[in-house]
Amino acid sequence: MASSKVTFRIQRFDPEKDEAPRDQDFQLELEPGITILKALNKIQAELDPTLALRYSCGSAICGSCAMKVNGHARLVCKTQVSDCVKDGVLRVGPMGNLRVLKDLVVDMEPFWDSLDKVKPYLAPDPAQAAPEKERLQSPEEFLRIDPSTTCILCGACYSDCNVLEVDKSFVGPASLAKAHRFIFDSRDAETTERLRKISEKTGVWDCTHCGECSTRCPTEAKPLERIEEIRVKAMTEGHHGNAGARHVLGFRETVGRRGLLDENYLPARSVGFFNIPGLLSIIPVGLRMMKRRKNPPLRPHSIDKVDEVKKTFARFEELRK
Amino acid sequence: MNSHDVVIVGSGLAGLRAAMELVGHLDVAVVTKVYPSRSHSGAAQGGVAASLGNVDDDSVEAHIYDTVKGADYLGDQDSIEILCGDAPRTIYEMEHLGCAFSRTEENKINQRAFGGHSAQRACFSADRTGHALLHTLFEQSYKQRGKLQIYSEWHMNRLIVEDGVCRGVVVMDIRTSKLEVLQAKAVLFASGGYGQAFKITSNAAANTGDGIVAAYRAGVPLQDMEFVQFHPTGLYQHGILLTEGARGEGGYLINEDGDRFMSKYAPSKMELGPRDIVSRSEQTEINEGRGAGPNKDYVLLDLRHLGRAKIMERLPQVFHLAQDFIGVDCIEKPVPIQPTAHYSMGGIPADNDCQVYLDDKGAHVTGFFAAGECSCISVHGANRLGTNSLLEALVFGRRAGKKMLDVVPGLQLAPVDEERELAAARREIDELYAGDGTEDISVIREELKQTMTLQAGVYRDASRMEPAQTKLDQLRKRFAKVCVKDQGKSFNFNLLEALELSNMLEYSELIVDGGLARQESRGAHFRTDYPTRDDENWMKHTMAFRTEDGGHELRYKPVKVTRFEPEERKY
Repeated sequence: MASSKVTFRIQRFDPEKDEAPRDQDFQLELEPGITILKALNKIQAELDPTLALRYSCGSAICGSCAMKVNGHARLVCKTQVSDCVKDGVLRVGPMGNLRVLKDLVVDMEPFWDSLDKVKPYLAPDPAQAAPEKERLQSPEEFLRIDPSTTCILCGACYSDCNVLEVDKSFVGPASLAKAHRFIFDSRDAETTERLRKISEKTGVWDCTHCGECSTRCPTEAKPLERIEEIRVKAMTEGHHGNAGARHVLGFRETVGRRGLLDENYLPARSVGFFNIPGLLSIIPVGLRMMKRRKNPPLRPHSIDKVDEVKKTFARFEELRK
Repeated sequence: MNSHDVVIVGSGLAGLRAAMELVGHLDVAVVTKVYPSRSHSGAAQGGVAASLGNVDDDSVEAHIYDTVKGADYLGDQDSIEILCGDAPRTIYEMEHLGCAFSRTEENKINQRAFGGHSAQRACFSADRTGHALLHTLFEQSYKQRGKLQIYSEWHMNRLIVEDGVCRGVVVMDIRTSKLEVLQAKAVLFASGGYGQAFKITSNAAANTGDGIVAAYRAGVPLQDMEFVQFHPTGLYQHGILLTEGARGEGGYLINEDGDRFMSKYAPSKMELGPRDIVSRSEQTEINEGRGAGPNKDYVLLDLRHLGRAKIMERLPQVFHLAQDFIGVDCIEKPVPIQPTAHYSMGGIPADNDCQVYLDDKGAHVTGFFAAGECSCISVHGANRLGTNSLLEALVFGRRAGKKMLDVVPGLQLAPVDEERELAAARREIDELYAGDGTEDISVIREELKQTMTLQAGVYRDASRMEPAQTKLDQLRKRFAKVCVKDQGKSFNFNLLEALELSNMLEYSELIVDGGLARQESRGAHFRTDYPTRDDENWMKHTMAFRTEDGGHELRYKPVKVTRFEPEERKY
C-alpha cells in the first residue's frame, strides 16, 4: 500500500501568546496503518516540537490521550488515521466541557472532582469483619460489575456529554459508571444509601439519555447502559421520592390512562404536588411557553384506541411480576 | 520550600500502596508526572501471583521454588521468601478493598496458568488485572482526599542526598515549568522501569527511568541493569503487550509452517515456558527463516481453537488490541507477534524493607527507599516470572510504608541548600537550551532505541554490544548539541522529552556495559558467545557506581541463597 498525504487541522492554544484558540494545518506523508497518536508524535518530531498533548501507554489502557477527532472525543492511540480522514483532512482538538490549558491539553480537575461526588470506593459492612480469605462472589456477580470496572477514566464521555455542556452541576457519565461499579457490587453494604443519593438532583436522573457517552466510550464501560441499570434498580427498590422517579411514574400514569403524555400533569407530578416552592419554580417556564404558544393544550385528550394501550400496560405489569 | 514527612515519587501500585500505609499518620505527598490512574501498573494484563490453591494444589514453597528457578538463581532467596509468603494475604487485602477478581464456580478468586509457574497461581480480572488493582488503590485515594497530597503532572528532576542522608527532591510543575524543592524526612521512589530505551517495547512513554537515574546521579549504585525482560507476545511492530494469559488460557505459538515450535525448546511446558526461553525460541525461529509474513520477521499467536466465547470472556483486551492496532480478528486469524522489551529486572538496590543501599557492602542511604519496578531487591533475579511484578509492587510498597512509619518519626528534616539545588536543576535545563541545535532530540532517541533493540536485545554478543557501546558514547556527545525548541513555560513536553532522553542515554550505557562485562548467559541476558550459565564466576549481582567524570565502575556483590542451590534450568 502506498503512503498518503493528510492534512492535520489541529486546534492550537498557547496561554502565553494566544487570546483564543486557533487552527493550524500540518501536511503529513503517512504510511498506511498509522494511528493518530503516532501521526501527532511525527508532527512533534518533524514539524512542530511545541505541540502539546498528553499520552502515555500507547495501548488504550492508561486513558491519557482522549481528545476530539473530527469533533468527537476518542483515544487517539487506538484510532487509525485512515478511519478518520475526510477529503484529505483530519481535525484534532481538545476535549470538550473542560477548560483548554494548552493545545490539546485540558484542565482535568473538574473531572477528577466529579468522581468524588459518588463515594468512589467500596463501602463494606462495618459491622461485619472481613473474612480471613476472600469475600465470596459468584461469576455472575463479577460479570455484573465487569463492564463498569473497565472504565479507564479517559474523560471522553465527560467531554461529549450534552448535559454537562449546559449544566456543570451534573456529576457526569464517568462518575455514574463508577457509582454503578459499587451499587452493583455484591460486597458493598451501602447500596440503599448510594441509590438514594444518586437519585437526587445532579445525579442519575439528570441524564437526558442522548447516548453520546456510550458512543464515545472506548471501553466496555458504556455509561448510558450503566445509568439505565442504576435507574431501574433505584425504581425497583422504591426510591420514588425524587423528581426523576416521579417523572417516570407520572409518565406511566398518563400514558397508561390516555395513551398520550399529559404535559400539564407531568411537570407538577415530577416536582411533587405538595412541593409549593417547586411548583412556583416551574410557573415562569409555563408562562414563557404560553407566550411563545408552545404550551400543550390545557384540556388533555386521549387517543382513539386507549383500551389497547391499557391492555398492553396490564400485560407488562403481569410480566414484571 | 515545601516540606513533607514523606515524599513518594510514582503513583503506580507500589507508590499508592505505600501511601495508603502512611496517610493519616504522617504528612505524605505523592509526586507523579502523569495522573495516578495513568500509571503503568494499569497496563499489566494477565494476573497477580499467589498460592491460594483455589483451582489446584499449591503452596508458598512451590511459588518460592518456581520464582528462584525462573530468576535463573540470581534472585535473593530471602527476599523471594517474603514475596511469596506474603502473596495470599496481599490478594485477600486487595479483594477486601474492592478489587474485582474473576471468580470460580465456588465463588472464590479464579486462578489461571502462567509461564514458569508449576500451579494455576495467577489471580486475574479478565485480562485487565493491573487496571483492576491500580484503580482499586486509586479509589482508596479518594477515601483519603484532603489528607493525601498528590502532585499530579510534576516531573522529578533531582534527588537530594548529602553525606549519606536523603533530604528531598527537586521537582518541576509541568503546567508552569516552575522548579521547587520538596524537602522530606524520607523519600520513596516507586517510579517504574526503564523499557523506553528500546524500539520495540511494551512500556509506556513515561517509563524513562527517571527515578533510577536521579538516584544514580545522587551517588546511589544501580544493580543488575543488564537484565531486561523481553516479553514473547508483543504485537508485531507496535510492541504492545498481549498478555501471557492468552497462552495460560491455551493459546499456541506457531511459525510460518503452523508448527508449535515450543515443542523443540521447552517440551514439558510448551508455550508456558518462562518468558526468556519463549522469547529466545521465537527469535531463533525468525533468525532461522521460519518466521511468518512477507519479511519472515514475526511468529504467530494462535487463539482460534479457544473460540469466541472464551476469548471474549477471558481475553477481551487481547481481542480489541489486535483488532484496533493491526486489524486482525484473533477469533478468525492468528496474530503476528514478536518479542518486546517489557520489564526491568535491574534498578535501585534495596533491602527487604526497601531501604536503599549506598554501596556494595550493605550501608544504607538514610531516609531513601525504593519499591516496585525501579527497585532491585532482588526478587526477579535474571528473569521475572509473569504475575510476580504486580505482587512485588503491592508487597514491597506496603513494606516500604510500614518501615517508613517505623523510622520517619525518629528522623528530622535534614537541611537543604534550596538555592543551590534549584540552581543545579536549572543548570541541567539550561544546558538543554545551550546546544547549537545541529542535533535533534527525536533523531537521537530513535537511534538509541534501534541500537538497544538490535544490539542489546534478546540475543547479545560482544560483536553487537561493543559497537553499541561506541554508538551510545557518540549519542551522548551528540546529545550535547541538541537545543530544546519550545521556549514556553506551559506544558513544555519538548523540554520534558529532552530530560527523559538524557536519562535514557545515561542508563542505557549501564545495560550494555553490564551485559558486556557479564560473560555468561543467565535468564534474560543471553550471549551467543557465552551461551551457558557460569555459577562459579557470575552468580553475583552487578553494582554500577557513577564516577566523577560521568562514567561508571562495575563492582559485584553475592547472591543470597537460603534453600535452593543452583541446578540446571530445564522446562
